Amino acid sequence: MGDRQLPCGNRPIRLIAAAVCLLALSACGNIEPWVKPYERQNLADPVMAFDLNPISTSYMDHVFEAREGARGALGGGGGGCGCN
Amino acid sequence: MFTAIRALGLLLLALIAAPSLAGVLPEDRADLLYHRYEGGGVTIHGPSLLVRKTMAEKYSVSANYYMDMVTSASIDVEVSGASEYKEERDQYTLGFDYLRGKTTYSINYSNSEENDYEANTASFNISQDLFGDLTTISMGFSKGDDTVQRTIEDPDNPDVRIVDPSFREGIDRWSYRVGVSQIITRNSIAALGLEVITDEGYLNNPYRSFRYVDPEDDTNYRLATEIYPRTRTSNAASLNGRYFLPWRAAVFGGYRFFTDTWGIDANTYEVGYIHPWKSTGWTFEASLRYYNQGNADFYSDLFPRVDYQNFMGRDKELSTFASQTLHVGATYEFARGGWKFIKKGTLNLYYDRMEFDYEDYRDARDTSLVAGTEPFYSFGANVIQAFVSVWF
Repeated sequence: MGDRQLPCGNRPIRLIAAAVCLLALSACGNIEPWVKPYERQNLADPVMAFDLNPISTSYMDHVFEAREGARGALGGGGGGCGCN
Repeated sequence: MFTAIRALGLLLLALIAAPSLAGVLPEDRADLLYHRYEGGGVTIHGPSLLVRKTMAEKYSVSANYYMDMVTSASIDVEVSGASEYKEERDQYTLGFDYLRGKTTYSINYSNSEENDYEANTASFNISQDLFGDLTTISMGFSKGDDTVQRTIEDPDNPDVRIVDPSFREGIDRWSYRVGVSQIITRNSIAALGLEVITDEGYLNNPYRSFRYVDPEDDTNYRLATEIYPRTRTSNAASLNGRYFLPWRAAVFGGYRFFTDTWGIDANTYEVGYIHPWKSTGWTFEASLRYYNQGNADFYSDLFPRVDYQNFMGRDKELSTFASQTLHVGATYEFARGGWKFIKKGTLNLYYDRMEFDYEDYRDARDTSLVAGTEPFYSFGANVIQAFVSVWF
């Protein structure tokens, strides 16, 4: 559902272009970082961690997932429901 | 689906081609958590233990045990005429990470068991630091295999429930994930996540019913077993960010959009603040989360007749509703200078207050009212997490 049907002829070109772009990006691994390693002490502070306490994050993800229709893009684990 | 697989394939190609130096594995730590959820006639509590250890600076193993002890007399149980029930869920997860240069390969296996439900999930993830470690890209795949059963009254002893030997169904689950986290400035970081999940099999809850109008009945309605589609594919995209404030604190926020082939569209918004209190070892945090969703195409609180359409469901999780969650938390850090083999430890207490307001799910427990005129259901829940963490 929601997939647009593109002309078949365009697909290989789009795929190759995307692959070339990604490979080109990956070849830039030595790019000059605009935030230098010695400027990252604030980013390394625990208050900046997306997942400071994984045991708590996965628990709350489960609490929400059992009671809501939405799921995914959270990084949490799977499992049963126990929610009837 | 194929678009997602193709995108993941291309990303894998890029990862393999990327130059490698050295990345980092998660820290060695152990967490012991007690969790308690109470609301809507349901109490779920239990422990969770998570241990992670690095070996030879390039391998990391993790193990998690998680338990839910459930006592439920929820609105679903009451409307169906059943009595309060108790059950237990045990979940074991094992993980293994391998760091090679700037690439981390991870595999996970999880088993979850209840008396009437078993879930097994295997996951593979790969992540790579790029552009002088300003960017981390990751991708993952999971395959789940669930077995759905149901309990019935023991014909020989009505006080005992047994697993129905005539009912056994399965679910196959696939999940595809892509993520990018990006350092934007020396004080800000953002993360983008995409996930496609496809399920196939018995997706009903075997204990739940839909209701339909029956003028002959005293309550004007009857109940019948729900009929769900046997497939579901969902797409979710999330964007999260954090900003470091000059007085050593951080604000954070996030948004997630969700849509699926059942017609559910949902939005999740979250904002929060975390603040270490001077050098006392205390850290305080608070956040607000708002969630809303539109109902599934086959959801109705009250169907006009028993054979109204092919698929019919009345799960409140499929209805139109909104929920708000207020989170507050306090953390105290101990053994900050290290103690024996411990580098540091924290004591944590988190409290969440959740409010659910349904817009097309009625409170059918009041049978004195004509079906379809009952007030809309709402409930609140309290969630407590108390845990201790040690780094070693």
